[in-house]
Amino acid sequence: MSGPLRPPWSGPLGLYHPGTSIVHRCPPGTKLVALAVAGLTITVVRGPVSAVVALVVALVLQAVSRVPWHRVTRGLVAVVATAVLAGAYQWWARGWQVGLEVALDLVALVLLATLVTATTRADALLEVLARVARPLRHVGLSPETFALACGLFLRAVPVLAQTSLDARDAARARGLERSPRAVLAPAAVRMVAHARATGDALAARGLGED
Amino acid sequence: MIELDDVLVTAYSPDPDGGEDRVARLLGPVTLRLTEHRIAVVGANGSGKSTLARLLNGLVLPSSGTVRVDGLDTAADGRAVRRRVGFVFTNPDAQIVMPTPVEDVALSMRRLGLSADERNAAARAALARVGLADRADVPAHALSGGQRQLLALTSVLAVEPQVLVCDEPTTLLDLRWRRVVDDLLAGLEQQVVVVTHDLDAAARADRVLVVDDGDVVFDGDPADGVAHYRDLMANVPA
Repeated sequence: MSGPLRPPWSGPLGLYHPGTSIVHRCPPGTKLVALAVAGLTITVVRGPVSAVVALVVALVLQAVSRVPWHRVTRGLVAVVATAVLAGAYQWWARGWQVGLEVALDLVALVLLATLVTATTRADALLEVLARVARPLRHVGLSPETFALACGLFLRAVPVLAQTSLDARDAARARGLERSPRAVLAPAAVRMVAHARATGDALAARGLGED
Repeated sequence: MIELDDVLVTAYSPDPDGGEDRVARLLGPVTLRLTEHRIAVVGANGSGKSTLARLLNGLVLPSSGTVRVDGLDTAADGRAVRRRVGFVFTNPDAQIVMPTPVEDVALSMRRLGLSADERNAAARAALARVGLADRADVPAHALSGGQRQLLALTSVLAVEPQVLVCDEPTTLLDLRWRRVVDDLLAGLEQQVVVVTHDLDAAARADRVLVVDDGDVVFDGDPADGVAHYRDLMANVPA
């Protein structure tokens, strides 16, 4: 028995969990700047101790935000697997300190980034992106279009995942689960079709035409 | 008023024998004046009715001829036309681009120059009007098919277009949601052009266009239009 089904992962922009914690109330721009500073610090400061501190800080902020763990951890499974592999390789090649640092840094960074999207509405993030991208007007690019493109890029992640799962199920239903072509080809075609349909829908709503 | 003057839509089509691409006629030539409040477009799959609908807000541009909405040419003034003409697709999943309903409706309102708080409040009010107030913050993919189509409609209506074009908005819905969407469309003040396979809905329109093999083969009274379409569909395709 596997228990109740959960809805499919909705990607980095679909993680938002409403709340009133101090992390939720923090302005989106401040959160993004803090994330950038944290990323820089984690990258520059070396050693396993700083990596442990970064992870503890990320976990404490996560607890303070009161975002349910299952919402955060679903998107982290692949990251933790990657961190374990990367850490194991670095351990073998350069010693345990570097291996531990690489693995924990990666998890801490993704956890902090996840915390930002879990406590900030996608609309508010787009607002900040559009504000940050204002100088692009000088080179003929619309900040609104830039922000929308970033949002759509992140939105494409879960769509790609779901499309791949659908293609895999369709291949299984035809007894072709061992054929990579039976999964990859229809998934690619469907993604292109989805991209075209999304483009049509945005054009029909008059979005991205500024 | 929507005017189509001698509109022809063609597209390149691969030659099955491997020769040069051929030019295939998708629709037309068509000349129409669409002034009625409710207009239904019916026709077989691949007949050209979606092409006709897409012409009305400039998603498809005519290969020759002109389409005008309130005097604006869809080819020359596409952006202005799309601000007047809202468009709803068959599958709402392609149309919903934000993670939650309230954010998706608010996204439509970005071009209105409202503040984030004003957009949020207006989006919630719009969702409440269609009975989705309690679903405003849930992930959009967790909504039922009917709720997603209602959300797609709300996102388009949020910017108050003067004309609404719907391309088979109820095809993927069960009977209950079909009625909900039909009732919503029927209550709108805007001019509504609906492409549909639902002949009951078509019969309630003010005017019916029947499209077959790229031509508008009937244009007039809904009851006669539906009967004409039934006669056409009585023939099994070869």
